Amino acid sequence: MTQPFRIPGAGRLTPAKIARFTFDGKAYTGLEGDTLASALLANGVHLVGRSFKYHRPRGFLSAGAEEPNALVEISRDATRRTPNVRATVQELYDGLAAQSQNRWPSLGFDVGAVNNLLSPFLSAGFYYKTFMWPKAAWKRLYEPNIRAAAGLGVAPEEADPDHYAARFAHCDVLVVGGGAAGLAAALAAAETGVRVILCDEQPEFGGALRYESGARIEGLDGYSWARQAVEKLAAMDNVRLLTRTTAFGYYAQNFVGLTERVTDHLASPGKAPRERLWQVRAARVVLATGAIERHMVFADNDRPGVMLASAARAFLNEYGVAVGRTIGVYTANDSAYAAAIDLKKAGVDIAAIVDLRDDPSGPLVEQARSLGIEVNPGRAVVGVGGRQRVSSMIVQPTGGGGKRTIPIDALLVSAGWTPSVHLFSQSRGKVAFDAGSQRFLPGLYAQDCRSVGACNGTDGLAETLNEAFAAGEAAAKATLGETSAGGGGNAPKVDASEDWAGGMLGSAPGAGADTTVKAFVDFQNDVTAKDIRQAVREGMRSIEHVKRFTTNGMATDQGKTSNMHGLAIAAETLGKEIPEVGLTTFRAPYTPVTFGAIVNHARHELFDPTRRTATHGWAEAHGAVFEDVGQWKRAWYFPRPGEDMHAAVNRECVTVRRSAGLFDASTLGKIEVVGPDAAAFMELIYTNPWQKLEPGRCRYGIMLREDGFIYDDGVVGRLSDDRFHVTTTTGGAARVMNHMEDYLQTEFPHLNVWLTSISEQWAVIAVQGPKSRDILAPLVEGIDLSDAAMPHMSVREGSICGVPTRLFRMSFTGERGFEVNVPADYGQAVWEAIWAEGEKHGACAYGTEAMHVLRAEKGYIIVGQDTDGTVTPNDAGLDWAVGKKKTDFVGIRGLKRPDLLAPGRKQLVGLKTVDPKVVLEEGAQIVQDPNQPIPMKMIGHVTSSYWSENCGRSIAMAVVAGGHGRLGETLHVPMPDGSIAVEIVSAVFFDETGERLHG
Amino acid sequence: MLLIRCPYCEEERPELEFRHAGEAHVVRSSDMAEISDEAFEQFFFIRSNPKGIVFERWRHLHGCARFFNAARDTVSDRFLATYKAGEPKPDVSKFAADAGPAAYANVPPAELNDREGGAKQ
Ligand SMILES: [Zn+2]
Repeated sequence: MTQPFRIPGAGRLTPAKIARFTFDGKAYTGLEGDTLASALLANGVHLVGRSFKYHRPRGFLSAGAEEPNALVEISRDATRRTPNVRATVQELYDGLAAQSQNRWPSLGFDVGAVNNLLSPFLSAGFYYKTFMWPKAAWKRLYEPNIRAAAGLGVAPEEADPDHYAARFAHCDVLVVGGGAAGLAAALAAAETGVRVILCDEQPEFGGALRYESGARIEGLDGYSWARQAVEKLAAMDNVRLLTRTTAFGYYAQNFVGLTERVTDHLASPGKAPRERLWQVRAARVVLATGAIERHMVFADNDRPGVMLASAARAFLNEYGVAVGRTIGVYTANDSAYAAAIDLKKAGVDIAAIVDLRDDPSGPLVEQARSLGIEVNPGRAVVGVGGRQRVSSMIVQPTGGGGKRTIPIDALLVSAGWTPSVHLFSQSRGKVAFDAGSQRFLPGLYAQDCRSVGACNGTDGLAETLNEAFAAGEAAAKATLGETSAGGGGNAPKVDASEDWAGGMLGSAPGAGADTTVKAFVDFQNDVTAKDIRQAVREGMRSIEHVKRFTTNGMATDQGKTSNMHGLAIAAETLGKEIPEVGLTTFRAPYTPVTFGAIVNHARHELFDPTRRTATHGWAEAHGAVFEDVGQWKRAWYFPRPGEDMHAAVNRECVTVRRSAGLFDASTLGKIEVVGPDAAAFMELIYTNPWQKLEPGRCRYGIMLREDGFIYDDGVVGRLSDDRFHVTTTTGGAARVMNHMEDYLQTEFPHLNVWLTSISEQWAVIAVQGPKSRDILAPLVEGIDLSDAAMPHMSVREGSICGVPTRLFRMSFTGERGFEVNVPADYGQAVWEAIWAEGEKHGACAYGTEAMHVLRAEKGYIIVGQDTDGTVTPNDAGLDWAVGKKKTDFVGIRGLKRPDLLAPGRKQLVGLKTVDPKVVLEEGAQIVQDPNQPIPMKMIGHVTSSYWSENCGRSIAMAVVAGGHGRLGETLHVPMPDGSIAVEIVSAVFFDETGERLHG
Repeated sequence: MLLIRCPYCEEERPELEFRHAGEAHVVRSSDMAEISDEAFEQFFFIRSNPKGIVFERWRHLHGCARFFNAARDTVSDRFLATYKAGEPKPDVSKFAADAGPAAYANVPPAELNDREGGAKQ
């Protein structure tokens, strides 16, 4: 018989709707609507995992999101392999394939379980103590072995093929949690007509009403009332209902993150996204997040078959599954009685209820007794039999005395309920300890939200519905600017409910202070009561230290079942009250969130866009190899058949100086500075003087930060009295714009100037070389290109190929050169026209590598390569560009700082290797004496270094201490295979007089 | 994600549209070239970094692109006021009364930054 633990007539699933699945390769059947956990339990499977540290056999503790043990891997195919899925949350679908984790070679026989025998060496803080020395062994030996032996699932190696959706949503009232409280709050809010979002992590609304058989509301059983409430809400246009949706993070100003699991429960996900991330901004938030049952802390309380009473009840009433045939109950509160009663009524044998309390009473206790269930008050379970499945419980009076062993195959435990204040705490609300009920409850609110029901410590269904209804109504009315009577007068009427009084914190008798048994507090991280006591003995006083030393509550379940027990044990050991010891901080996410949901659409091009210039297609067609410069793709070099990079760059460099070359300079930043005070603004932003620059002329400008260091540079053309065309470095385009705007808006707001980024408006084609004018002349209209009419460093407006152009005569190569600015849409067409002319003169296209070599041959710096944020204009040999008569510019005071004027600063120089064939490494350090003892005194480093075909030798630039005064000196560059002798020279290696610039 | 009220756009916009731009009310001397080393040190290197109310600059980069000033509580991240560049510092003492988290809860989000000189009442 399949599913031997499915009870006919119990639960709400349809027996005919079979779903097949496998666990560790073995085939099983379950029912549609099952979770993987309920389906496995229906088949009598309790052993589903091995614990993190000791590899102890583990089963299901819970039936929900708090599950610490039952983590499995779900794989749809090779790429869709999800580790660490809680089997209690994963819904069953036909064909589901699940694997257990953290075991080898099999779940039943796990070699790593030897850790359990070694546990004296693996106690609290073992990471910090055992593996401290030798340091190198950590990386080589300890860490890989610990990782292999103790761990969670294995991350998939292939890229995630699924897609994820994202939505921003706004609402008046967000209700988190769709149990009795959440439904009541949502009903009240929705009836006012405001926009309401109600979300719940479960596949179905109802919360505890899904299993709480004793509740009756408005004449219906609790579950039916919940269904009716959902139908009512679903019919309202102002309400959005989200199931399978977890509110995982509560951020500032009522910004709440939700993840909706869209297809993880479907056999065929189709094209739908796997998950949807909701970023909700709510005017008001109602938290109805409920409470989580705690386990009892006693010896070997982690044996498969030991589970929360509420879980067993959910498995029975929702899924029709009995978690055993002969079930024991160990409790300190009344709610476990309800579980025993339901199971008993379903025909399951309840061996005995063991209650820590001396005199339990109340309707549930009486009902249990009247059903003939044996109730043992004033007794504790001090141990269990069985290894891979619990087989008996050992019962002893709490005051000591004779032990009795009762055979069982499942043990339901309940130490009471912990209010889920996670989101409240994330919202920066301050929790307060309620001594009477021994609970942390919402205290001081930090945001506009209210907690209702169990998460607010409100016991009793009627009180919960009244409170929730009133809060929902008040929240809605507040957004409408109305005040609410807030009495909850129209709240759904409760006809019957269960009383869940009682509870205890910390270790139970038999796992007390002087025992060494393994009584688990945190199942997922294998933290025992003894570990926490040891942490206190070893000097941990703050709960934050205890937490980190023991790792209690630090696993992926974030201590949902363990935090309060751990805190109570620490407090008891310290001899302090719980609030004195404090509560650890709750952090997002409430339950694990996939990277896919967070990353969402921001992958590939949508994460980091690629920017391409107007001539990209042409360059591609002409064989360009591209390099990434920031987000830009730039043509690096244009190899011809048979050429490697070196050969291509050499040819390009030689061709430019012999004939001409075309270069796409479009990526340079371009800013238009316009207005009556444009020149005054330029004076303040740049070191150079600008007032006297005539329209039609250009100037190389340097921009500093206030500290006096070079920030950016570029050629600036003055188009008219009130209009400058500024260029910046490629990488500096955005920040220079920001820098200029900052000063214009905040320091110099009196200036009448407008700044416009025009980087993407103009395509820039550099035509460089002795033939550049001959190439352009046939294409340009309305501009006299003669040296007399248009000398070096001038700018003209006219047209080229019938397209408007801003034509600069400027050079970054040291040759006669032009930069043709045309509207970007015409960039490729104009390039092609110039190229056709260029070919007649033997010109080439050249890339960024040749550009770098050509500029280095002339000693032109690249900001960010030859400067590093600590270089002044003087250091760079650019003192001439600082206006000596100016009374203000950004950086003027910084330049006067004593250290910037002191002798011995690193200054930019040229280097020639004594052996001209040797090309230095960029970044290599420079020393005076290569024979000095190590560590050597380093006096500078190489900033740029190339082979220069035009010079027939290697060339390099460097910053060297006192470099300007060292011309002619020989220094040394120590390298692993010997020292390289270099001579300090002027940084101009080619055409030192600069006559080629002028034609 | 914070909502920040841009004093130029006169509405709250998501934090994504803004860039932080350092401490506010750091005055650049009109006689910059001549200030003392000590004055330059104060101007360029020294920042207050308080726990509590900080005055800082923000830029509505992906909006109107204007720089403006804000008073923010570094403990709660709450914006107490935003105001245009060049306007005087709001009176801190007026914030003290409602600087606590409880007060924050009781102020509708839409009004959080909507207060003249800080104090609502
Ligand atoms: Zn704005």
